[in-house]
Amino acid sequence: MSQVIEQQQLDIQKIRGEFPILHQQVNGKPLVYLDNAATNQKPQRVIDALVNYYQKDNANIHRGVHTLAERATTAYELTRKNVQTFINANEVEEIIFTKGTSEGINLVASSWGRKFLNEGDEVLISAMEHHSNIVPWQMICEERGATMKVIPINQVGEIIIEELDKLLSEKTKMVALNHASNSLGTINPIELIIKKAHAVGAKVLIDGAQAPSHLPIDVKALNVDFYAFSAHKMYGPTGTGILYGKRSMLEKMPPYQGGGEMIREVSFTKTTYNDIPYKFEAGTPGIANVIALNEAMTFINELGKENIAKHELALLDYSTKALNNIEGVNIIGTAQSKVSVASFTVEGIHHFDLGMWMDAKGVAVRTGHHCTQPLMDFYEIEGTTRASFAVYNTIEEIDVFIDALNSIITRLRK
Amino acid sequence: MSASINDIQNAVIEDFSMLDSDMEMTINYIMELGEQLPAMADSEKSEDNIVKGCQSKVWLNAAYKEGKIDFDADSNTAITKGLVSLLIRILSGRSPQEIIDSDLYFIDKIGLNRFIGTQRSNGLGAMMKQIKIYGLAYSTKSNN
Repeated sequence: MSQVIEQQQLDIQKIRGEFPILHQQVNGKPLVYLDNAATNQKPQRVIDALVNYYQKDNANIHRGVHTLAERATTAYELTRKNVQTFINANEVEEIIFTKGTSEGINLVASSWGRKFLNEGDEVLISAMEHHSNIVPWQMICEERGATMKVIPINQVGEIIIEELDKLLSEKTKMVALNHASNSLGTINPIELIIKKAHAVGAKVLIDGAQAPSHLPIDVKALNVDFYAFSAHKMYGPTGTGILYGKRSMLEKMPPYQGGGEMIREVSFTKTTYNDIPYKFEAGTPGIANVIALNEAMTFINELGKENIAKHELALLDYSTKALNNIEGVNIIGTAQSKVSVASFTVEGIHHFDLGMWMDAKGVAVRTGHHCTQPLMDFYEIEGTTRASFAVYNTIEEIDVFIDALNSIITRLRK
Repeated sequence: MSASINDIQNAVIEDFSMLDSDMEMTINYIMELGEQLPAMADSEKSEDNIVKGCQSKVWLNAAYKEGKIDFDADSNTAITKGLVSLLIRILSGRSPQEIIDSDLYFIDKIGLNRFIGTQRSNGLGAMMKQIKIYGLAYSTKSNN
């Protein structure tokens, strides 16, 4: 497990060798992929697991008695077991497979919210949430007559704890916030916030989308009620995610969707529901994706999250210094504690032009509001250019990115 | 007789063919075209004239005079401004019917589809639609 791996220097060239997609040219230039906060690339072993499943083991899981169904089910449930270890959950039944972080949040907002939110209740979110952790709460609050309130942040992009203290009350039923911000990179003090929320009797959901590839996640130590994340941001397949929920919570919640897997018995007059986690897994899931996710976790565990984080933070530090050296560049999000996200604006140059120019140079960055429009409004900007780093990125690639940035600035300021 | 819409489209295709599909040169050239676009009066950059795209803004103003529509346009991004200038060059000063009948094949021919696709949505597709709407609106006017 990652915890026992000693701090070591990773062999980045060897790691790059495991990612076939990185070895290509884009617009005639070697690809420099710096859009990892949106999705990161997949190592060969994850791709092999997907292919292998369809070549040898494909069958629908759980209710089959034949050999392939048994193999598929065993592999699928093995991933669940390994996710339990990966986030240190008490029980394997607390791990629910979803389509992704967004579905996990929607599941909780809809199922928990419908049962436990009432008129006059309050849901707190932070000012730096992704739309996925805003809209589901707006929807359920509207439906239940509850109110959504926003915890303010300061200019560097950190939650103002004194303001949170003022907002927390016996009316607060849920605090929903991200572990790390996709637009700013800020790592939020979730342990502290969970304690404060619990002190007033509120439940906490953490949007962990930006965390699993480089931040430790220990749901037991955090004592968090819900934690949602996605496979595709941890070197795994797209379209699959995980929702952790405490057993005591999940058992009290009604099903989210009706379908095959989630029932015990069905008649036209009455249906009884399956136990957790199956109660929340209606329909045939992304079986291949879940099975391949196991390989993604092994990849992370073998390298060690703290080694990955150390490498990425060295890249962040290098790029932050380089960006600060360029006149007119303004870094958005300068919190003390950050994941490897460098978001910035350039005076007088639109991020769309930057992004297109970078792409012509083979550099993939993300531009726009990053699905955090209220946060962009807070900074009074339309959007940013965001470079985000993964374990396979190198200092040389950041040099290419900075050169490309300098060239567009020179070109457009001439 | 002045050049037709298709004559100008063909000239644009010819110009772009010199760039040899090199993305850097193409973007640079598009930005140069934008820099040559006559400035739009600030008064014309009104909310009413905004054609909204996903990542960039386009302003479009139409003036109908003696059976022709003159277009003025601008954008807050250098690349979109260049693309906008191409549309102006091809479609400004035409009759409503010419605009309605126009088939803008140059976009596909010079590989600009990727600048207009849904993900890269930069207001250009919306601008093309808006130009056609002006064409339709003024064609009913001229018929009356």
